Amino acid sequence: MRDFDYIRPATIPDAIAAAAEPGSAYLAGGTNLLDLMKGGIASPERIVDISRLPELNRIERLDDGGVRIGALVRNADLAYDPEFAKSYPAVAEALLSGASAQLRNAATVGGNLLQRTRCSYFYDTASACNRREPGAGCDALEGENRLHAVLGWSDACIATHPSDFCVPLVALDAVVEIEGKKGRRHVTLEEFHRLPGETPQRENALEPGDLIVAVRLPAEAASFSANARYLKVRERTSYAFAVVSAAAALVVDGGKIRAARLALGGVAAKPWRARSAEAVLLGADANEATFASAADAALADASPSGDNAFKIELARRIVVRALISALSGTPKRLPALPASPFSNIPGVRHDA
Amino acid sequence: MTLELSLNQQPAHARQGSSIGQPLTRRDGFLKVTGGARYAADNHPPGMLYAVLAVSSIARGRVAALDTEAAKAHKGVVEVMTPKNRPALAIDPDAKDNPFMFRLDLLQNDQVRYPNQSIAVVIAETLEAATEGAALLSPRYEALPARVGLDGAKSFVPRGVGIGGPAVQHKGDVETGLRSAKTRIEATYETPAQYHNAMEPHAIVVAWDGDRLSIDTPSQGLAMAQGRIAGLFGIAPENIHIRSPFLGGGFGSKGMISGPQVLGILAARLVGRPVKLVLRREQMYGPVGHRAPTRQTLRMGMDGEGRLTAIDHHARTASSTFDDFFEPAADASHTLYASPAIATSHDAVRLDTGTPLFMRAPGEATGSIALESAIDEAAHACGMDPLEFRLRNYAEVEPMTGKPFSSKALRECYRQAAETFGWASRPLQPRLMRDADGFLTGWGMGTATFPALMFQAEARAVLRSDGSGLMETGAQDMGQGAWTAFAQIAADGLGLDIDRVEFRAGSSDLPNAGIAGGSGHTATAGMAIHNAGAAVIARLADLATGNEASPLFGAGNEGVLARGGRLYRRDDESRGESYAEILMRAGLTEIEAHGKGAPDPASQETYAKHAHGAVFAEVKVDPDFGQIRVTRLVGAFAAGRVINPRLVRSQYYGGMIWGISFALHEEAITDRRSGRIQNANLAEYHVPVNADVPSVEALLVHEDDPYVNALGIKGVGEIGITGTAGAIANAVWHATGVRPRRFPIRIEDLLG
Repeated sequence: MRDFDYIRPATIPDAIAAAAEPGSAYLAGGTNLLDLMKGGIASPERIVDISRLPELNRIERLDDGGVRIGALVRNADLAYDPEFAKSYPAVAEALLSGASAQLRNAATVGGNLLQRTRCSYFYDTASACNRREPGAGCDALEGENRLHAVLGWSDACIATHPSDFCVPLVALDAVVEIEGKKGRRHVTLEEFHRLPGETPQRENALEPGDLIVAVRLPAEAASFSANARYLKVRERTSYAFAVVSAAAALVVDGGKIRAARLALGGVAAKPWRARSAEAVLLGADANEATFASAADAALADASPSGDNAFKIELARRIVVRALISALSGTPKRLPALPASPFSNIPGVRHDA
Repeated sequence: MTLELSLNQQPAHARQGSSIGQPLTRRDGFLKVTGGARYAADNHPPGMLYAVLAVSSIARGRVAALDTEAAKAHKGVVEVMTPKNRPALAIDPDAKDNPFMFRLDLLQNDQVRYPNQSIAVVIAETLEAATEGAALLSPRYEALPARVGLDGAKSFVPRGVGIGGPAVQHKGDVETGLRSAKTRIEATYETPAQYHNAMEPHAIVVAWDGDRLSIDTPSQGLAMAQGRIAGLFGIAPENIHIRSPFLGGGFGSKGMISGPQVLGILAARLVGRPVKLVLRREQMYGPVGHRAPTRQTLRMGMDGEGRLTAIDHHARTASSTFDDFFEPAADASHTLYASPAIATSHDAVRLDTGTPLFMRAPGEATGSIALESAIDEAAHACGMDPLEFRLRNYAEVEPMTGKPFSSKALRECYRQAAETFGWASRPLQPRLMRDADGFLTGWGMGTATFPALMFQAEARAVLRSDGSGLMETGAQDMGQGAWTAFAQIAADGLGLDIDRVEFRAGSSDLPNAGIAGGSGHTATAGMAIHNAGAAVIARLADLATGNEASPLFGAGNEGVLARGGRLYRRDDESRGESYAEILMRAGLTEIEAHGKGAPDPASQETYAKHAHGAVFAEVKVDPDFGQIRVTRLVGAFAAGRVINPRLVRSQYYGGMIWGISFALHEEAITDRRSGRIQNANLAEYHVPVNADVPSVEALLVHEDDPYVNALGIKGVGEIGITGTAGAIANAVWHATGVRPRRFPIRIEDLLG
C-alpha cells in the first residue's frame, strides 16, 4: 500500500506542529478524506488523527449568550442537541438534511467546513481540474455542468461548495476559531471560504498547520429562532446534495422586518451570504413582494457557468419560499423530512 | 455441503397441507440478517492473493505504456498481468459462436474500446498493495476521439435486437392507419444509459488444482458460466466447481460470466495461488453490462371512438463498437394494445462504451415508459380517461401475432388497482388537483406486462428410508427468495412437509437449473423440481403397488397420491403407508429420480404467454421548484400461480421501486468529450432511498393458466418496473400539464 505517517497527537499544539509539515492532512470523521485518498485525489504523506483530541467535542454556551461548538462535535450530536436545535433551528434542519444518518454520525463540525466540492471533474483524476492540480485547466467548463456554480465562479473553476450546514451558519454570522502556529485567531465564516478567482486550489483561509478548533455563533444568532428555516431542493429525498438551498432568518415586528439573514447553498464555491438581499429586506414590509425583490437582489449577479441557467430562477424561487417559511414561523418540531419542500406531508418518516 | 448450500431449517409457520401458496418467510433470512450468509468475497482460501484491476481512463485508443516495473517493485506485489504475460486461452475472447456469447476484454491486446476496460491486473499479498500497484502502472495512452451519445456515430439497422428478434416488424399498414385516423399523436422520448449497480460487486475467489477449478462467484446462471469458462480455458465443464449460494443482487449483470471474473481466474493461473478479485464500484461502469440509452418516437392514430388505427414505434439505441446487444425497446408495442396496424423498428449507433446487456426488463422497461406515455397522450388527445382508453383498446388476442393469450387477467388488474387507488374521481384535465399544502397533485397509470418465459432446467429428487427427502438443482438466489420458493415446490413435489425436505442449490455440481433471468427461473427450475418429485414418487409408488405386502398393492401408479410422507389409495384414503415403510420393505436406503423443466413447444406455438398488471401512481409536485414526490403507488398483477405471496409481493415492490428509479432518478452522466461516466458511484448515481418510497401497494390478482406449465407459474421478477415508470410520468403530466419526454424527469423540465 502507499505508506503514510500516522500521528495521533495528544494535544492541540502537538497536532499543529505535526500538521505544519508539508503533505500533512488532519483526519477527524474521515467521511470525505478517506474517499479522496481511495480515489487518488488526495495522497497525504502524513495523517494527523485529531479525532481523540480532548475538549473539541463539546457544545458550550458562552457567557455573552453565544454558543461555541467544538470542531469534533459530530453532525448528528449537534443537530439532536435539544437546546442547540431550539436556539438555531435552521442550523439543525440543515444538518439533518445533509448526507445520510450514518455519515452524520461520523462527520464533524470542522470537517464539514472543509469538505471538498462534489464536482465530478475534481474526483475524476483523468480530467483537468485547477482545484486539484493548479494550472491544469477546468474540464467542467463545457462539460457536464448542470449542477455547477451560478455565482462567484471564474473560468478557472465553476465548482460549488456542497455543505448544507455552512449555509445557515454563514447567514447567522458564524465565526471560525482557528489555532495555528501563531496562536488563536477568529475568521468569520463568510471570509473563511474563498471564491476561486485564479487560485481555486486555495479554498479557505487556513495556513499550513492551522486547525479549526471551534465554530462560534454570536448571541444575536439566537434572536432569529422563532423565524428561521433551511430549504433544500435536491434530486432525491435523502442522501443527495443540494441543487440549490437557502437559509432564511427574520425578526419581524408589526409586519416590518427588523432583522434579516439570507444565504444560499449549491450556487457558489462558498456558502453564499446574500447581503444585498438582506439590505432589501431590512425595514421593509414582510410580504411576498418584498421577498421577490430580495430574491432578485440575491441573484442579481448570477450567470450560468454551463447548462445550469435554471438554477438561477430556481434559486430565486427558493429564496422567496425560504423567506415565506421563515415568516410563517419555525415549526415546533423538526419536520420528518428536514429542509424538504415536502416536509409538511404527513405520514412520512425520515429519521424516525 | 456447507450449511449455506443445504438449507433445511425449521420453518416456524403454520401451514395447512400444501407448501405452495404459503407466505413463508425467507429460509435464508436468519443467515442473512446475522451475517452468516457467505457471499463470494467472504471466502479466503489458504495462501490467497489479492488481484486488483487497472482500468482504462480513455474511451478509445491503445495503451502505449505501463510501468510494470514500478508496480512490481512495490512491497507486497507478486505479479502484474498484462497482455504480454497473460496465460494463454483456448479460444479468442473476441470469438462469438452465438448471440449469448459476449466478447470479453481479457488483455488480448493493447486496444482500448471503452472507459473502465481492464488493461492490467496487479496481484499482491494484500488488497492495499495490489491497489497501490495498480496506481503505479501510470498508463500512457494513444487516444482517439470518443464516440458519445445517440448521435455520436452513423446509425444502422441491427440484424437483430434483444435475444435476436427482428429489428423491424409490422402488421397491417401503419401509414394507412394514420391517414384514416381522426386523431393523431406523435412524440419522442429519451431514456438514459443506466447501470445495474447490484449492491454486491462482481467478485471472484479462484483456486486452481491442476486443471481443476474451484470458484466462488455470484452467478445468475451457473451452468452457462461453467460452460463459458470451460470453453475459454479448454477444460471440461465438470472440472469447474462454482459456488454461488447468494447473490447481492444481479439485475442481469451476473447472467453471463464477465471479463473481470475471468481475469481473476487468469490471475490465479498466472501466480499458481488462489486469488480474490473484487470490482470497485466505479469499475462496474463498463465491463459488466448496462442498459443502453434510447430515443423512441411513437406515432399513434385513433378513430372517433378512441380506437387505435395505428401504432408506429421506432427506437434508436446504442451498442458497443465490438459487440451486439440492442435494447429491443420498440417491441413493447407488440403485445399490449389492439391495433389493425403496428410497426416497430430499431436503429442503432456504435459507441465507445462497454457492451450493453440485459438489465431489469431489457426493452420492456425502456419501451414501456415511452409506450405508456404515448398512450396517455393519445387518451388525452381523444378526450378520454386513460383507463377507459386502455380498455377501449384492450387486446383480446396478442396484437402482433393474433395468438390467443394462455391467460390474461388484465381487466381484473385494472379493476382492482383502480378501485384500491380511487381512480374514478380523477379529473380528466391536468393541473386541477392541489393538496392542502398547495402541491400540484397528479394521478397517472400504466399497464405492466412481461413475457412468461421458460428456459431449460433439471433437478434431482431423492427419497430416503428415514422418510425425508432431498431436492437438488443448481438454482440461483439473487435475492428473490429462490431458497424458499423452490423448497416449497420441492415439498409439494415430494409429498412431504417442508421441514422434511433438504433443498440444495447454488452450486454448479448440482443439476443445471438454467438461468435466474428473464423472470423465468421459478417457472423453469420449479417445473424441473416438480417433475423430479413426481418421478421419484412414481418410483416409490411402483415399489408399493407392485408388492403384495403393501396396502397399496394393485392400485397402480395413477391410483395413489402422496401427501405428508405417505402414499394413499386415491379411491380409499384409509389405505396407505409411509415412504419409510415402503423403502424399508424394499431394502432400499434411498431412491432417486430426475426431472426437467422446459417450455412446451406445442403450447408455445399456440398461445401468447404474458404476465400483466396495472399500476396507478400519485405524485405531488412543488409548483415552484419542480421537485417530485411519488406519494402513492398501487399495482395489481396477474402472473399465474403464486408460489409464495410474501416473496412475490416483495418482488413487485422491488420492481415498482425500480420504476420510480427509472422515472425520476437513474442516469449515467457521460462526459460528452471523454466518454467517461461522471457519476460512477452510489452517491451521485441516484436510486431511490427509503424516503423516496412512502407508500407502495401490490395486489395479487388470481389467475389460472393451464398452458404456461403444469404449475401455472409465470414470472414476477421484472414486470413491476414496466407500467410503473410510465404511470409516474403520466402522473407528473396530470399534476403539472408538462409532458415528460426525457427521463429521468428533471427539475428544470418542470420549472416552467
